Amino acid sequence: MEWLQQLINGVSLGSIYALIALGYTMVYGIIKLINFAHGDVFMIGAFVGFYAVTYWNVGFFPALIIAMILCAILGVVIERLAYKRLRNATRIAALITAIGVSLLIEYTMIYFRGSQIETYPDGLVPNTKIDILGAQISSQSLLILGVSISLMVLLQFIVHKTKIGKAMRAVSHDADAARLMGINVDNTISATFAIGSALAGAAGVIFGLYYTRIDPLMGLLPGVKAFVAAVLGGIGSIPGAMTGGMLLGVVETVVSGLGFSLWRDAAAFVILIIILIFRPAGIFGKNTREKV
Amino acid sequence: MKKSKVFWVYIIVALIGYGIINVLINNGTLDLYYSNLIITIMINIILAVSLHLIIGITGQFSIGHAGFLAVGAYVSAICTMYFNLPFVIALVVGAIVAGFMGLLIGIPTLRLRGDYLAIATLGFSEIIRIFFLNWDYVGGASGMQVTQMTTWTYAFFCTLATIIVILNFTNSRHGRACIAVREDEIAADSMGINTTYYKVVAFVIGAFFAGLAGGLFSHNFYVILPVQFGFLKSFDILIYVVLGGLGSMTGAIFAAILLTVVSLYLQDFPETRMIIYSLVLIIVMLYRPSGLMGTKEITDLFKFKKRSKGGNVND
Repeated sequence: MEWLQQLINGVSLGSIYALIALGYTMVYGIIKLINFAHGDVFMIGAFVGFYAVTYWNVGFFPALIIAMILCAILGVVIERLAYKRLRNATRIAALITAIGVSLLIEYTMIYFRGSQIETYPDGLVPNTKIDILGAQISSQSLLILGVSISLMVLLQFIVHKTKIGKAMRAVSHDADAARLMGINVDNTISATFAIGSALAGAAGVIFGLYYTRIDPLMGLLPGVKAFVAAVLGGIGSIPGAMTGGMLLGVVETVVSGLGFSLWRDAAAFVILIIILIFRPAGIFGKNTREKV
Repeated sequence: MKKSKVFWVYIIVALIGYGIINVLINNGTLDLYYSNLIITIMINIILAVSLHLIIGITGQFSIGHAGFLAVGAYVSAICTMYFNLPFVIALVVGAIVAGFMGLLIGIPTLRLRGDYLAIATLGFSEIIRIFFLNWDYVGGASGMQVTQMTTWTYAFFCTLATIIVILNFTNSRHGRACIAVREDEIAADSMGINTTYYKVVAFVIGAFFAGLAGGLFSHNFYVILPVQFGFLKSFDILIYVVLGGLGSMTGAIFAAILLTVVSLYLQDFPETRMIIYSLVLIIVMLYRPSGLMGTKEITDLFKFKKRSKGGNVND
């Protein structure tokens, strides 16, 4: 039952990617910008969670909620200060700003606290092995999976059943038409950033719990991989980001399981190249013709 | 004055400059510290100009330029250290391999519109770094010993070759096609320009010269380490192009010289340097999105008489 264990591990790792990918895909869907700073919001989430559990001695769930709230605020601040002015700028100007914001967050963090590694405390959540069908599955993996899936269900509820979700879908479909219908586009975009960043913050805390080691430059690689997951699922599609993230997690676990753990990080980019050659729209994406 | 005459005037000015600095280095007026600084500036100019072709002229956003630098550096170092090839051949081999890597990355990603190139190049440069980190043949994390071979003469003529090739490419019909792609890809496509072809060509040329710079880079410092080719190196190159002006070659060259000197003074405060750089980048993009020079060239300021609007800017 080795494979079942690997599968559960892969899916719980993948759910971290999926949570980050959701923020990418929502922001890309609404303003067509790769938000490079998203990986750093994830890093900030991990650190907020760490400080919450070590200095304020709160439990895992309160730390998760504190991290989500602070990251949501950070996301809105980034959007208001940096990206809002660039709505009508060229793509390159927006991308360069995003990279600038990303590095600014990373190095401000290093400037104030140094670049040393922090370690999440043990025993934050009960970690026992559960025997399911002969496979040893840690309760921590199940908890991670449970938290991520509940967050995704919550996101689906917000996007499909609430007024702000309806506004988000309208703006991503056609911002000008949405504005004509009386939707406040600026607030809707801010709300998208808030929700996406909150999910990244949650992913940061979960990442800390899973890998225990966090550092100020940890956001780069998971951020890029999550973007690959979003492209894999079809950029702009919320179920696509979830599926893409899970799939990427499983592939990475399989690659390490086969003994190529050094090449685990390369797997994501091989997937990106393959998907761009054979199905650039992604699994759930629709092929749309570009109109002038 | 005819364009070709202007070209030769600049070449002669450059050669005189080369001769003066060569004499100064040989008679010891410029000590090792300064001659090293000048070589580093030359390497950075090659990198800035090659990225300028990709970002400034063709409008494709590549943020993994350090990946090509790493390929050129390691391949040429392997050629000289393990196969005992002459330095010139090693430089060319490194550049060709880097250009080939550019082709491999460029063909799948540049077929599409959108920002996939940014992510693909970022991923590529990370993979290259991880690859060299895990490859014991080139020393892994402890790095590879390389004999110092880069001299002012090599650095100068490589830089000159890079500038001439990229300038002539930009002024040719291929360059105009690339500028058309930058301005409006859909319009360029409907005018019959094979957009994918030109994007890939510009990207491969950029990667080729980054590989050339890599060869000079690896033979300048006695040792090369995978950590030298991380994301921050790509970012350093990016800021030369952005600060100089997206589409201005002289702007990129000027920014490369200025920032190389500035970062020499800030090298004891790496965090402060990165904070300043990223703030400069954000502020320039918010208030002057075309970069400091825009698409203007510094050489336009000393225009020769009766020369019609020229240079490599046609907008």
